[in-house]
Amino acid sequence: MSILIKKKSKFRGLHLPERKITEKKSIETLPIPEKIILPLLQNIGAPCSFIIEKGDEVRTGQKIADSESYVSSPIHSSISGKVKKISKILNPASGLLMDAATIVSDGKDQWAETSRVFDIGLSQDYNKLRTIIDTLKKDEILSKIREAGIVGLGGAAFPTHVKLNPPPEKKIDTVILNGCECEPFITSDHRVLLEYGKQVLMGLYIITSVLKPEKIYIAIEDNKADAISHISDLIFEMAFDDMFEIISLPSRYPMGAEKTLIKTVLDREVPMGGLPLDVGVVVNNVTTAKAIYDAVIEDRPLISKVITVTGEYNNPKNVLVRTGTAISDLIELCGLKVESTNKVIIGGPMMGNTLINTDFPVIKGVNCILACDSRIPEEQNCINCGRCVRICPMGLLPLAFVRSVKGGNSDGLSSQYYIDNCIECGSCAYVCPANIPIVGYIKAGKAILAEKKKAK
Amino acid sequence: MKEDKINIEKRMLITHAPHIWMGFSISRIMYIVVIALLFPTAAAIYFFGYYSLILIAVCVSVAVLTEFIIKKLRHMVFKMDGSAVITGLLFALILPPRLPIWMAVIGVIFSIAIVKEAFGGLGYNIFNPALAGRAFLSVCFPKEMTTWVLPTYFNNDAVTGASPLGESFTGQFDKIDMYKNLLFGNTAGSLGETSALLIIIGGAILLVFRIIDWRIPVFYLGTVALGSFLVGGDIIFQLLAGGLMIGAFFMATDYATSPVMGNGRIIFGVGVGILTVLFRNFGPMPEGVCFSILIMNAFTPLIDRYIKPKPFGYQGKKKNA
Repeated sequence: MSILIKKKSKFRGLHLPERKITEKKSIETLPIPEKIILPLLQNIGAPCSFIIEKGDEVRTGQKIADSESYVSSPIHSSISGKVKKISKILNPASGLLMDAATIVSDGKDQWAETSRVFDIGLSQDYNKLRTIIDTLKKDEILSKIREAGIVGLGGAAFPTHVKLNPPPEKKIDTVILNGCECEPFITSDHRVLLEYGKQVLMGLYIITSVLKPEKIYIAIEDNKADAISHISDLIFEMAFDDMFEIISLPSRYPMGAEKTLIKTVLDREVPMGGLPLDVGVVVNNVTTAKAIYDAVIEDRPLISKVITVTGEYNNPKNVLVRTGTAISDLIELCGLKVESTNKVIIGGPMMGNTLINTDFPVIKGVNCILACDSRIPEEQNCINCGRCVRICPMGLLPLAFVRSVKGGNSDGLSSQYYIDNCIECGSCAYVCPANIPIVGYIKAGKAILAEKKKAK
Repeated sequence: MKEDKINIEKRMLITHAPHIWMGFSISRIMYIVVIALLFPTAAAIYFFGYYSLILIAVCVSVAVLTEFIIKKLRHMVFKMDGSAVITGLLFALILPPRLPIWMAVIGVIFSIAIVKEAFGGLGYNIFNPALAGRAFLSVCFPKEMTTWVLPTYFNNDAVTGASPLGESFTGQFDKIDMYKNLLFGNTAGSLGETSALLIIIGGAILLVFRIIDWRIPVFYLGTVALGSFLVGGDIIFQLLAGGLMIGAFFMATDYATSPVMGNGRIIFGVGVGILTVLFRNFGPMPEGVCFSILIMNAFTPLIDRYIKPKPFGYQGKKKNA
């Protein structure tokens, strides 16, 4: 039985220069940093509050912040040491300040005591592992995932225990494991598939044991042929071939976005303002699946992450790094120089945010640190060419957003032009011949609408 | 709190995503159009001699100069993006070959200063500047604007001749010769509109580089062909004669004055086609391309208002959106 299906893109999409210069480089485990910085808000949803104080001793894997709220995810210390201070840092995504704890390492990396129950790793006996997973109750798994602080690691950072617990009236019939990694430069998911493939597949098995879908797909773009063949070998080796199917997708941007991915794989359209579960689908990133395996089987919280450090460095690489490592320290630990560039981007070149300083840490959702030299292209008048409209994967009129926001007329933004449907993939700004920072105008438009809603 | 001070590194550039661009700039688009226009321009100079070269050169330089002066007056940065070159060139190509230079200068100043810059400049104009300039001159100097000459090649003695669409013209030659002349350009008419073949080559360049949408020329020409058939005209003659080809490939496809959506562009093309057939067959003037496009330009905002893409996941209007 063939487990590989090829699909054609169901949207126009962009052919981006891939620039995946680190795709052949194995993941390097970095030494433990001297200090870590842990901001309170590392997920979509409610921010946490600290359960430690300045001066406290903490251990690796110890929970330091949590929240009463359901849509939230706790934060763990990734090193052992002492809480030096609690101060404010700038969130590069929103430009707002948030609280963060700085922990100074004692150099010992002493782990907090874990309640590890299963004395089984990924040995050859996959069936035994599967039986163990089968005996676990759904609530047990979900609470382990929550306690491990797992969020969607593709970038959105939505708490995974919420995603895996859809309301009972929504029937989930399909689970898609997202290994598209459609942004240029980033190779962390690719390397995770190659080097932690077993964990990823076992993590996917845990996900499916919670959701019990009929169909399980692993979606990988066809520019990662080695990952496709490796995963397909593993599926046979681990006897998952009656469950999982690999979908090879064309390399089109933004293939990895949930909505376009579901459209391409299943030809289902997530309704406007809706979630994938409205069409019976749950999408998870491959790195999230690995984190789920670590949490459920090895009782390890999310304290380290594979990221790609790339761009105009002398030696770009993929590294396994403790969360909370400041980017300046990360660059130093990688042995790279950064002085020459004027932009350090957290995330990929299409959707990443620029940093005002390199003190910001690697938080859970980060998958790439990209340094590049850049300029601000001169913004010209919109000439109405319609390239943005044709490329928009969400079927919107980006030029209308620009016109409305520039003209100070926000009335039609939501009701006429459906600005909320925008996923901010940046395709429109990429093709714009007038160099208009369209995404900037869209974000401004969304902010104006949010203000108006508040005022009501 | 002193600890909370945010350390800002001066070298860091803060911008919105995306951080990479395709780099297909406006000026690149404009200069590809200029290159495509060089084919009909070459025909103009070949058929109508040195005078046309002077006329074209004057129009282009006055267009650029006018834009430069207006940008200075408005305290804006003048950017040589090629759009003024196109307006000047297009304007010259739709003038009668022996139009006095000073009239052309008035027309091109009107095009740039009033039709383009007074509405906000590049991208904001409602009407196609070159066509509006020509319409302006037709009203100001109706006699000179309808004086046609037969191709003179590099000879300066002009012989007045009827434009192909004028009544006296039809029936002069046998049909095959007439089609040949219209295709290769050996006929009276505006400077750049005589050779249908070279205009089609220019248009093909624009289509290959994806500068223009095929829908506008295809639906425009198709509607004219169908309309001419319905009113009993000579289809091939109607397609090749007059300003139809240059209008379909270079005028009606102007981004700023045509709709954004593919379906909107189809409506636009069909609309221009119907108007052209009506003007040519039932109007007092032999030609109608210029005014047909200008009228549809005025409908463009309306078309754009109603022809919109279907948003992803759209399920009808929400009750309380």
